[in-house]
Amino acid sequence: MSLLWPFLLPIATSLLSVFLKGRLLTGINLLSSFALLILAMQLLFEVVSTGSVSVVFGDWPVPYGIEFYADGLSALLVLLIALVSAVVMVFMVSWEKTAETPSYFALMQCLVASVIAVSLAADLFNLYVWFELMLIAVLGLMVAGKGSRHTEAALKYFAVSMIGTLIMLSAIGMIHGAAGHLNFNALSQIAASDDAGNSLSLYGGMLLLAVLLKIGAFPLFAWLPAAYHALPAPMLALVGGLLTKIAVYVLMRISGQVLDYQLFHEAIGWLAVITMLSGVLGAAYHWDLRRILSFHIVSQVGFLMLGLALASPAGMTGTAFFLFHNILVKANLFLIAGMVWMTAGHYDLRKIGGLYPSKQLLTIIFLLSALSLVGVPPTSGFWGKLLIIMETFTQERYLWAAAALITGMLTLYSMSKIWVEGFWKPHPGEPINTSIPVSIYVVMLLLSAIILLMGLIPGPLIDFLQQQQWPQSNQGGVL
Amino acid sequence: MTLILITVISICVASGILLLLSREVFKMVMGLAVLGSAANLVVFSGGRPGSLVPAVIEQGSQALVANAASPLPQALVLTAIVIGFALLCFALILAAAVVNQQGKTDVAGFQENEPSAPAGQKAEPDKPPVMEVES
Repeated sequence: MSLLWPFLLPIATSLLSVFLKGRLLTGINLLSSFALLILAMQLLFEVVSTGSVSVVFGDWPVPYGIEFYADGLSALLVLLIALVSAVVMVFMVSWEKTAETPSYFALMQCLVASVIAVSLAADLFNLYVWFELMLIAVLGLMVAGKGSRHTEAALKYFAVSMIGTLIMLSAIGMIHGAAGHLNFNALSQIAASDDAGNSLSLYGGMLLLAVLLKIGAFPLFAWLPAAYHALPAPMLALVGGLLTKIAVYVLMRISGQVLDYQLFHEAIGWLAVITMLSGVLGAAYHWDLRRILSFHIVSQVGFLMLGLALASPAGMTGTAFFLFHNILVKANLFLIAGMVWMTAGHYDLRKIGGLYPSKQLLTIIFLLSALSLVGVPPTSGFWGKLLIIMETFTQERYLWAAAALITGMLTLYSMSKIWVEGFWKPHPGEPINTSIPVSIYVVMLLLSAIILLMGLIPGPLIDFLQQQQWPQSNQGGVL
Repeated sequence: MTLILITVISICVASGILLLLSREVFKMVMGLAVLGSAANLVVFSGGRPGSLVPAVIEQGSQALVANAASPLPQALVLTAIVIGFALLCFALILAAAVVNQQGKTDVAGFQENEPSAPAGQKAEPDKPPVMEVES
């Protein structure tokens, strides 16, 4: 049962939140977020002590019943999701702007539940259903702003995600037709054997296309910055921190464990190179803080795809480390964007400035996250990038390594743009200078401390990830 | 049966894409709905659609008859239809809201979210150009 609580609790809170108002609403939501954190820790402890946890519904034997499954990777992911959602929840409760739209709470809990369920689902159709729920929750968050900018962003996001979802659904239908199973384990056994393998790789490619669209990989990323920046900052921290990352996690499961074909890895690798570069160039070009950070999501997702493409235990360890680091840092940076908005009154870097002399603590938090995103040692981003790039050299993928290093350099450029424009130069107009609530500082410092700790003492986490059962890849199935 | 399904799916996909490429926002949403039906039919066709043998194990027998219909894709399609229908309703309301707020139905005209001018034109750092109305 400990496996089901982490997503049953947010769903229950989401349903309850619809009927609540005012202090009761925020109180119950806060309580639920902290309870979720405890449940996620409990799940992690259970997984660490027993190796893996699995629940099958309705007393059916495993490949037929609907299975939820947690190993070390997914349990750790659930814990991070719970952590980010708790921080975002405190941020929201302390921010008076969210009090105007109580529907944010129900939608946010629904989003958290679906993201957690995606990371625990162990069959393809279940995965699809939770992906849909995620889409609905994000659409709800987008339109909750009620302005014409918000509805327009929601419409665009809807159209693109819907196409992705339909491709995913058809692919799942055909995979079921070809293999007769949707369960991850059963599928990976069938894919490894020769008989259904060949047609399965074709449908698997279609599934990958759908997941890559959700990730925001190279030709299909334009929706991401266009839609994300219509969200208010705390919501953006949740959506931007988790959504594409969870899709990367799904890609990790599918390309690494379920449908493990050499051709897929090759394709993902080259797409990753283009994705990294185009994302970071987009970030260098824009001035809106939210747009810059959204384009950074694209480039970091490219980095994660590169790690997946290496398809070796070392590459997977690096990818998982970078994934965890990125969820935290990205959420932190989006929340900082929200704090910048509170104190400077704008997201556009050309219209703000002077944060360094007026808000030292905010500056320190930003600097830590920014350096971590760039990958300056000894921050957490450095270790993730080091693990991945070392593995590209081991596999003699020098072009991929070069692209990754150039991306890192350009990331430094766009981060220093935020630093120079937002923090160093004097404010061009009258700064608003509202004070930021103490509770926000407390959770932000906590999150930054975790990021710092991950950078200073990366050993335990890397060891833990190395002990995971990463598949020995390259079975050589081709189209 | 399979041939009929294939024909229907191809017609659905073709008309869905045609509608999707239209610049009229409601046609676009309908295109997504038609494509959704095509996807449902694809899932449906994965489950041996021609067979009339029910997926029930006869009394006294230990296994299913060889070419029995597979009930699982039908259950999957049912779930997908429900989700797709809810999303279609939402999309129609969303499209209506966008049309009401912006007073146009041309998809190419929805530009409020795009940066109003190329951001690279920053000439002098001291003088921030006036851009992008922010809420």
